[in-house]
Amino acid sequence: MTQPIKFYQTGTFTVGNRLLPEDLRTVQSSEARDNSLNSGHRACQGCGEALGARYVVDAAMRATGGQLIAANATGCLEVFSTPYPETSWQLPWLHSLFGNAAAVGSGIAAALKVKAQKAGQAQSTIRVIAQGGDGGTTDIGFGCLSGMFERNDDVLYICYDNEGYMNTGVQRSSATPPAARTATTQPLGPEPGAEFGKGKNVPLIAVAHEIPYVATATVADLHDLEAKVEKAMSMHGARYLQVFVPCPLGWGAASCDTIRLARLARETGLFPVFEAENGEITAVTKIRRPVPVDDYLRLQKRFAHLFGPKGHPETIARIQAMADKNIKRFGLMAEEGAA
Amino acid sequence: MTMKKPFAITLDPGSSLANKTGAWRTERPVYVDRLPPCNAECPAGEDIQGWLYHAEGGDYQAAWHHLVRENPFPAIMGRVCYHTCEGACNRGQLDAAVGINSVERFLGDEALKQGWQFDAPELETGKHVLVVGAGPSGLSAAYHLRRIGHRVTVIEAGEAPGGMMRFGIPKYRLPRDVLDAEVARIAALGVTFSYGEKVADIRASMAEVGADAAYLAIGAHIAKRAFIPAKDSAHILDAVAVLRSMEGEAPPMLGRRVVVYGGGNTAIDVARTARRLGATEAIIVYRRTRERMPAHDFELEEALEEGVKVKWLSTITGAEGGTLTIEKMVLDGEGRPQPTGEFETLDTDSLVLALGQDVDMSLLSGVPGLVAEDGVVQVDAATQMTGYPGLFAGGDMAPGTRNVTVAIGHGKRAARNIDAWLRGEVLAPKVPKPVAAFDALNPWYYSDAPKTLRPQLDIARRTSSFDEVQGGLTEATALFEARRCLSCGNCFECDNCYGVCPDNAVIKLGPGLRFEINLDYCKGCGICASECPCGAIEMVLEEG
Repeated sequence: MTQPIKFYQTGTFTVGNRLLPEDLRTVQSSEARDNSLNSGHRACQGCGEALGARYVVDAAMRATGGQLIAANATGCLEVFSTPYPETSWQLPWLHSLFGNAAAVGSGIAAALKVKAQKAGQAQSTIRVIAQGGDGGTTDIGFGCLSGMFERNDDVLYICYDNEGYMNTGVQRSSATPPAARTATTQPLGPEPGAEFGKGKNVPLIAVAHEIPYVATATVADLHDLEAKVEKAMSMHGARYLQVFVPCPLGWGAASCDTIRLARLARETGLFPVFEAENGEITAVTKIRRPVPVDDYLRLQKRFAHLFGPKGHPETIARIQAMADKNIKRFGLMAEEGAA
Repeated sequence: MTMKKPFAITLDPGSSLANKTGAWRTERPVYVDRLPPCNAECPAGEDIQGWLYHAEGGDYQAAWHHLVRENPFPAIMGRVCYHTCEGACNRGQLDAAVGINSVERFLGDEALKQGWQFDAPELETGKHVLVVGAGPSGLSAAYHLRRIGHRVTVIEAGEAPGGMMRFGIPKYRLPRDVLDAEVARIAALGVTFSYGEKVADIRASMAEVGADAAYLAIGAHIAKRAFIPAKDSAHILDAVAVLRSMEGEAPPMLGRRVVVYGGGNTAIDVARTARRLGATEAIIVYRRTRERMPAHDFELEEALEEGVKVKWLSTITGAEGGTLTIEKMVLDGEGRPQPTGEFETLDTDSLVLALGQDVDMSLLSGVPGLVAEDGVVQVDAATQMTGYPGLFAGGDMAPGTRNVTVAIGHGKRAARNIDAWLRGEVLAPKVPKPVAAFDALNPWYYSDAPKTLRPQLDIARRTSSFDEVQGGLTEATALFEARRCLSCGNCFECDNCYGVCPDNAVIKLGPGLRFEINLDYCKGCGICASECPCGAIEMVLEEG
């Protein structure tokens, strides 16, 4: 009859809980959170990127005591947050070009280092993040990003991954999944949508750079996301975080399903959530309620051509095989009997 | 005041707060309180989710005070209520229903241990209500009437309060010290009790005490008989008498081998009582099958564990000396038992008939407007009032399922309507809130936590003594159990809506104050509603 008392009603999975001690609640549950990305931004209804950006930057602000500068790539995040002359950002924030956010971040970090040394300090107390979407990260900004990794510049780079160029009208990026319909991958021919066997896995490429810290996360697991930001900000050198942020507009999904889709992406195994330090994978988030990829794909019009009378069950099977491969490769399935 | 601007810049920097994105919205989130299925199910109308909310925080006294607003008997309920609430509990679809009944018992026992008392009435109305019968229904009515501020006199024919809780429910299910303590707390509110007095004429008794209204809850104590051709030597008893005599000086003489005829909870109570009195065999004879037995399955299960046997599909057609003649039955297409013409015999020392009970309606003779039908007094289902103005009735003597919780619910309903009637008003019927069904929830956010089982007395003790069979929860396990509540349909301040809004358009108002939507910026995406664990947010179309 002796059982440890946990907060079963809520605790583990909700944003906060009146019964939890303050230190176990998320940053987002606090009335004192920074709202680094303020109200009035022009992101679409239910935007996963706006949500993910506030989650990440608020957590980084908490971790650094507000001593934070952000560099931003071109993309939705930049466009919807800063239409001239308004800004939604409540921290020092710079935008330069589509492809150079990592380089701008490196430059800010270098400048801060010099200023600190001139002031007789070992390192600056001000920290730097650079952020962008998957287009500005995995395609256009990839050279700058790899350079930042390779030099081990003291920047946390955050990629908000919504699997395409959404700002310019939903074109394919190297993060677009196979079979997905975009403006440039139409659902035509025997293999409709984006092709299989293309694209790149930037988190694993970052791991291959053997930088101090690489992690993936989703907007569906706030506790995990905030812990990773906090951990990243406790370290120095090049760090990389990729956050899965569903895009209701680009994916043809209901605006209320943003978090649900992120949850399903993890629970199907399509988006493996893991952490790596110095080139080694150190932790994976296990799947809690395994689901077939069907449950995830059906909610999105970009995969609508896979269903219906003229559906493509063999394509769905290939996507399921991708998920199964991830599950095996990263060891995503919980042990039998574990909660 | 304009700043000195760089080349090609003509506007001052501004905040996006100037951009009221609320204008985009076609739907708005609205916080709602839906009716949790447990509350909807409770015959006594308890706000179960409401008192569990306090218990979750460890404030057991607040939980108890919240609970007794509807039902003054948590320690009794925690033992004898059939807790249909748990059958309705949404958590049952996740792992196992919340152990509502066991937490209720914990709160009841804690109140008795700590000596918590009811709040005294805030005012005296000067009205006087007579309650006839100190069973669960009468006591419930007396309690609620007294808390409103009415003077209450309870007249009881028996020598002690409790009705069927004392004379029907065996001690191993309800220890008498618990019963006495919960009744004493009602007496302490200032209710006057009179025992050993049988009301022969209700109108005369009302006039005698000067009552402005009366509530009748005399129960159903006359055992139904079945015609069984029997010789004088057969030892035939009825269940009501057997259970009642358990409260007297000398326990009933049942013998080593006892047959109980009937399939209700009373039959099971008698069989289990017989085992405790030393019967080596207690056999229930029932006409139908286990699936069709009116007794609750968990009670049958406990009885079987204690060695009670059941002869299914059997009727007793005769008794002679120590031998019963039994005819085998079959169920017809409509599930009714039909005789087969196959007979067998069964030896027994005594036969106890547990075939149901009738109401003694003699005290109502001559009351105009009163309607007795189907062996019970007919009442207005919304108010419990009989056809005679100011005379209300409930419990086993009125239509409805016959159990303690339903009787308590009748008492409460009657009390509130008596109060209205005394003020010359009629209570407006409450519009029921929509029930929070399982599909309104987002169960992802609840972690897995199987139900805490209550310790049970081991079998050897159960068949040799009248000690209580079911144990209680400890403080730690009760807290664990309370926290398994999903809070269906009612905000429990998990901060999800506040956290998941991409537009910071949810305002957190602080502990106990819940949240508010900032309609200046809410774009109506609906994430807050779909990620609310307990279904307390609804999306409503904007007008125009």
